[in-house]
Amino acid sequence: MAKVSKKKVSKKSLKKSSEVTGNNEAVATNMIYDDDEKEDDLDGADVDVSGEEDEDGEDERKRQKLLEAISGLGGKRKKTLGERSEAAVQMCEFTVTSKGDGEKIDLSDLIETIEKTPSVPAKAKKQLKTLQRNTKTVECPLSKQENERIQRDVSFQKAATEVSRWKSIITQNRKAEQLVFPLNQEPSGPKPIDRVVTGWKAQTPLEQEIFALLSANKQPINDPILTPFEEASVRAMSLEEAKIRRAELQKARALQSYYESKARREKKIKSKKYHKVQNKVKRKEFLKEFDEMVKMNPAAALEELNKMELARMQERMSLKHQNSGKWAKSKAIMAKYDLEARTAIQQQLKVNKDLTQNLVSSLKEEEEEEEEEEPGTEVLPDFVNDAKQPLDSSNPWMSGKLSEDPTEKEMSETRGVTVEEPITVAHTAEEEEEEGDTEKTEEEALLREFDSRRKLRWAQEADPAAVMSVDDDNDEDDGVIVADSKPSAEEADASDGEEEGLSEFTSLFRGIVDGCREGKAGSDTSAQLNEGLVRIKGVGDMELLPLTNEKAPVEPQHPPASENLPSATKKAEKNRKRKKGIELKDVLTKCTKVIKVPVTPTVEDSEDAEDKVDQMGLIKEAFAGDDVVSDFLKDKKKQENAGKPKVVDMTLPGWGEWGGIGLNPSRRKRRRFRIKTTPPAPRKDVHLPSVIISEKRNSSISFHQVNSLPFPFDTHAQFESTICSPVGRTWNTEQTVKKITKPKVTTQLGAIIEPMAQEELLKNKKQMTVRNNSTVDSLKRKH
Amino acid sequence: MKVKVLSRNPDDYVRETKLDIQRVPRNYDPSLHPFEVCREYTRALNATKLERVFAKPFLASLDGHRDGVNCMAKHTKSLSTLLSGSCDGEVKLWNLSKHECVRTLQAHEGFVRGMVVRYCGTSFFTVGDDKTIKQWKMEAPSYGEGEEPLNTILGKTVYTGIDHHQKEGVFATCGQQVDIWDEQRSTPIRSFTWGVDSFSSVRFNPVETELLGSCASDRSIVLYDMRESAPLKKVIMTMRSNTLCWNPMEAYYFTCANEDYNLYTYDMRFLEKPVLVHMDHVSAVLDVDYSPTGKEFVSASFDKTIRIFAKDSGHSREVYHTKRMQHVICIKWSADNKYILSGSDEMNIRLWKANAAEKLGVLSPREREAVNYSQKLKEKFQHYPQIRRISHHRHLPKNVFHQSKELRIMKEARRRKERNVRKHSKPGSVPVVSEKEKHVVTVVK
Repeated sequence: MAKVSKKKVSKKSLKKSSEVTGNNEAVATNMIYDDDEKEDDLDGADVDVSGEEDEDGEDERKRQKLLEAISGLGGKRKKTLGERSEAAVQMCEFTVTSKGDGEKIDLSDLIETIEKTPSVPAKAKKQLKTLQRNTKTVECPLSKQENERIQRDVSFQKAATEVSRWKSIITQNRKAEQLVFPLNQEPSGPKPIDRVVTGWKAQTPLEQEIFALLSANKQPINDPILTPFEEASVRAMSLEEAKIRRAELQKARALQSYYESKARREKKIKSKKYHKVQNKVKRKEFLKEFDEMVKMNPAAALEELNKMELARMQERMSLKHQNSGKWAKSKAIMAKYDLEARTAIQQQLKVNKDLTQNLVSSLKEEEEEEEEEEPGTEVLPDFVNDAKQPLDSSNPWMSGKLSEDPTEKEMSETRGVTVEEPITVAHTAEEEEEEGDTEKTEEEALLREFDSRRKLRWAQEADPAAVMSVDDDNDEDDGVIVADSKPSAEEADASDGEEEGLSEFTSLFRGIVDGCREGKAGSDTSAQLNEGLVRIKGVGDMELLPLTNEKAPVEPQHPPASENLPSATKKAEKNRKRKKGIELKDVLTKCTKVIKVPVTPTVEDSEDAEDKVDQMGLIKEAFAGDDVVSDFLKDKKKQENAGKPKVVDMTLPGWGEWGGIGLNPSRRKRRRFRIKTTPPAPRKDVHLPSVIISEKRNSSISFHQVNSLPFPFDTHAQFESTICSPVGRTWNTEQTVKKITKPKVTTQLGAIIEPMAQEELLKNKKQMTVRNNSTVDSLKRKH
Repeated sequence: MKVKVLSRNPDDYVRETKLDIQRVPRNYDPSLHPFEVCREYTRALNATKLERVFAKPFLASLDGHRDGVNCMAKHTKSLSTLLSGSCDGEVKLWNLSKHECVRTLQAHEGFVRGMVVRYCGTSFFTVGDDKTIKQWKMEAPSYGEGEEPLNTILGKTVYTGIDHHQKEGVFATCGQQVDIWDEQRSTPIRSFTWGVDSFSSVRFNPVETELLGSCASDRSIVLYDMRESAPLKKVIMTMRSNTLCWNPMEAYYFTCANEDYNLYTYDMRFLEKPVLVHMDHVSAVLDVDYSPTGKEFVSASFDKTIRIFAKDSGHSREVYHTKRMQHVICIKWSADNKYILSGSDEMNIRLWKANAAEKLGVLSPREREAVNYSQKLKEKFQHYPQIRRISHHRHLPKNVFHQSKELRIMKEARRRKERNVRKHSKPGSVPVVSEKEKHVVTVVK
């Protein structure tokens, strides 16, 4: 019986498989293969099938037929379910060894029928074909270790991305000037009752009814301060927005009040002249605007014109300027005798005439007048556009300055006159060079001429940056010269320069501050505790501590702190000086007349190619007698000699032998009492011919000096400026001191600081979005 | 003859009380105040000196244990409560403000290996050498009642550490494997193993609360996600890490205390190389704890010292030690960022100030301003040799001092040798390995 049951199972599975093949072939093929194998095994066993089984089979068949007949009665459902033709062949009880014995059923065998039937969609056919062609075996699953590894990797990636969300908060907190812990502090003060009683519930049915009504009407339930509507409106406007809004309103109000007060004040002014001038200005401005409007917006201009016409008409209709007033009559009487009155009357008449004329024509007149005026305005001298001679790097003496320049002032004052002179001087210089031997004073005078010319050229340069880059003393002079040559342009120029200087300073300062902030984190890395066996018991003991870096610094020392101090003030002074120079020009311009310089190109300017050569030649000529190298060597020698110890002669004439006029102490004695000190260590610059290293060093100061640039700073200037800005209340206002000395981390006494919570993340996100929105809004407002 | 006398009204310049501060009108024109830098420098120098004079960090010693203190736990809700477990299985609750023991209970047989207070502060868990996890009530039992644990879980193996989730009723233990437990169940809801090894400590990330880290005895640090079925990643170092601590303000940083005398701060996303190596100890580092502000951490070492490190500096800013303190086994930074608690081998718990020279208690506004100012000055002039010399000087016990010297010499010698080897071999064949990279063997995915 076991066999039978097996067979049945196989039959069922076969049937199933044949059904399945229609829709998912891939699965079906596998199953079919399995079944085939089973069948093969079974085939042998099927040989001895008993008669009982046959009877059973017949009964079955009869029953089937009956069922079919019954179902056939319905008429419509004639079509039977799929027949298992191939199975039947094998199952046949008489022909046990069927035709397909021992053969595996292939996918192609199954598909054949499908290809013939038109009802199977083409897509499925195609799929089946590709499947048939594909002979690859399915890859075996990964090993457990591999599988786990992949799983771990994936989950790690997930965790890492999740954790990275905190990055913005962490960087923000690191950059923060001050952190206040605990982070999520509840605002102090009484909470709104609404929040306190959220846990309450309505108990009695009456209460419940009431609450239902209240909630239906969106009325406050627990006696809150705000209704939902109000809350919504509050929520719509955040605190920051409200603050911005308020600030704007305040500003607008303030502006309005200023304007009002100004208008009131102006109205009170009785001076007629003032009003006249004012009106004139207004009229002019209006006209200018109107001109623009004509170009830009003709419709509006037309409207404006109409308005003007109306105003004119109104004035014309009024009795103003009609010479009918009391004043006009009296003036008319006086006009015979008084010149002023006559002119006043004439003025009045003119106005009247103007009014009665058409407006358009008057407008034209004014325009014409303006055009007439234009050529009268002064023209900028052409040399402004001349090419600037850049700071010559090839000239080593250029950066140096001359010893004294007594004529500088005069020259600057009489600039206009001297401008033409240098050219001639240049020619004479050539001649002089041929002569060869000239006195030094003459040379210097010549140099000064060159210098002045150079300055002039710089002065002509409009670029303020170029002005900035020049040496200090030149700089100041420049200011003056610029003032001389073009009084109109220089003002803007100078102010530009000033501003740039300021902005430079601020940017530098900001850089320093940033550097400080960044550096603070890293600054400690180098700071290692100096641990020793000495225990400090009082202030006195601290002097005994060993210095951490007692080695004599090899580097040339930096200027001491006390010297650093003036450097900043010097800078400030420089700025001030520059300013002064500019103010000075006001005085100068008053006495000097603007002389139009004839635009005769100088030798340098015209011949660009020869220019450089010429320049070099000029310099060579100029410094012909100057031997800088030998000067330097002399200097060095002097320093070396000064450092050498002197031989001390201790001989006392007449001591131990005869002395007197004409008698010298004996040689032996002289040798005996001449004391030679030990030669000092060789100078550091012995092998450096072009360097003088000063070895004078005050060790008492160096004890308090920083001998290498600390980590966060890039330049000495940065460090010096941070050190030079004082912190204390002696030098700063109370508010500034408070701001500067704010500690980086503050904690509340006795408060537990919880670790950062997830809410912090949400808060941060919200803030970011609000900030973004506000910036966008502000941008919109600007545009 | 009339004599004119210069006279002033005392009301203009005499204070009525000592608290009465008069506004001094000042002209801030810099030209009127020369030598500002010099004056501030002197002030900074004085402030530094005074700081050293006032640096008295040791506050109190809590004695009462009859064996070495093996573990401690901070109370999550109360600043003045501390729990400590000793090597004889005793657990003590301390009132820190009164410096006295409030309650004693015999929790385990053998060592108390780990302790943690539940996030709500109503109960705490202990694990011990007797293979049990016990949950205890925080309140003392009423009169006549015995000291009974709320809950006891019998395990198969010894548990060596425990930590509790920040917000949920879930805790993690470690021993032969890392287990995640639900408080309501007696079997772990999840257990992680990765190779056969024993773990010495496990810590939940306080910020990203689903993450854990653990130190294993195969010299590795393993990271887990409580929600995943498998561990995340493992980094193997040259020597074993004893404990690790997550930064409570910066989610992905943790610091581990290593046997090779160093501490390593890692970014959990990039385990290939530690972010920073903190050196200064001269013996194995046994425990580490972060300050609640996440700016600094404190470490306890076998060399009988405690050191405080800024989280982004390689060397310590402070070292604490006393003559009688032996190997420091456990350390905690109090939740208000003011104190440090250390438990050591010789049965004492010590209370230290986190800032040695800080004045305790409430400061008046003027005092606080003065403190802030002097702090700022010290910061500004910190690079000056005098100030640096004074502020960085610390006294060390003789043996530690000599050992650190020795270590320095050894390190220098090693460096020199390496340099020489590099010099005399084919260029590129001996690469320069940075200090950070030296200590990591591999990262296992």
